Amino acid sequence: MANKNTLSYEFVKGLWDQNPILKQVLGTCPTLAVTVSALNGIAMALATTFVLTFSSLIISIVRKIIPNQVRIASYIVIIATFVTIVDYVMKAAFPDLSKALGPYIPLIVVNCIILGRAEAFASKNSPIRSVLDALGMGAGFLLALFILGSIRELLGSRTILGYQILPDFYTPWLVMILPAGAFITLGLLFGLVNLYNLSKESKKKSEIIKQYLEQNQQDKINLAEEN
Amino acid sequence: MKNVIQMLIVLTVIGIISGVSLSEIAIWANPKIAVNRAKETEKAIYRVQPKAKSFKKVDKIDLELYQVFDENNLPIGYAFPYEGNGFQGKIRLIVGLNDSLSVISRVEILEQVETPGLGSKITEESFLKQFIDLLTSPQIEWVKGSPPNKPNEIQTITAATISSKSVVAILNDGINKLKKLKEKGEI
Repeated sequence: MANKNTLSYEFVKGLWDQNPILKQVLGTCPTLAVTVSALNGIAMALATTFVLTFSSLIISIVRKIIPNQVRIASYIVIIATFVTIVDYVMKAAFPDLSKALGPYIPLIVVNCIILGRAEAFASKNSPIRSVLDALGMGAGFLLALFILGSIRELLGSRTILGYQILPDFYTPWLVMILPAGAFITLGLLFGLVNLYNLSKESKKKSEIIKQYLEQNQQDKINLAEEN
Repeated sequence: MKNVIQMLIVLTVIGIISGVSLSEIAIWANPKIAVNRAKETEKAIYRVQPKAKSFKKVDKIDLELYQVFDENNLPIGYAFPYEGNGFQGKIRLIVGLNDSLSVISRVEILEQVETPGLGSKITEESFLKQFIDLLTSPQIEWVKGSPPNKPNEIQTITAATISSKSVVAILNDGINKLKKLKEKGEI
């Protein structure tokens, strides 16, 4: 197991150990809404990562001068500023993408990953750690959204990132593009992750028991020999 | 007391900084956004009026309407963006019409939030191609389940009847408004 205090762990933990979607179950609203296709998922995750990183940085820098009573209000103002910047930049530079993500960009303000990480991490840690944590969380978010978007796009319209994968005789499952498909896919994904974790844990447990029993056996033999 | 003052100062400073930076961004982005919008409209106009070579916005009326011209600068018709309610939200479309508003040259859907996979089929060519050379008088009609047999009829999409009907209703509504303006001689 990696040392939990190293800088690199602050980044890596977001990918799996504390994945914002699969483990912390944060920000599921945009996750369910935008993952109609893999590309939408990537764009949403990148926009969220941008906002997350910069708001974490700023919040972490000013964390000591913000009075405790108004911290949430300050965080929201900082986050909303970056979200608006993203919204403007997307509309100006990537009009097609901004059209596809439409109403979800302004909703990044209330994405609980951002406020959650600001409150739980950035307000208590140094800027470098906060930025690494934000980048890691963003990467984890990207990973989860990409997997979810790919599954839904593949089954719902035969393609991944616009390239056709499944043959023409496969009839696309309409439900995968609809909200119901998002819930089903995310639910199954949670199930798989939990199954993996359970099996890993039970393996660990059985190993400990085995070790203990072997030790016990050894002790008995030793004891018998001594007698 | 000291705490209250600190709260006020911190929130004010944060507000000012974010306000200033946002206005800077807006100054940079707004012209670009306007250019993007204009480009989109221009593209849409030429799509619904394939023969057009230039266009001009019609002034003095409440509606957004563009008159289009051929290569000899003669008016050949109109491109008309219009919107109305669909099944789940607003449908915004643009329609190309001839000079007397009697024949549609083409319809394009600009914005819609219909059910993906069902209502969103109104953006597909198989549905939209029915509007090419469609007559608008007395008004556009729709039929369900069988191919259209009148020159002012279209067939609705299976499982997306309401969205299809909405497109027809929006077109009829908009074209009727234009016809009234035409009668009054305002366009």
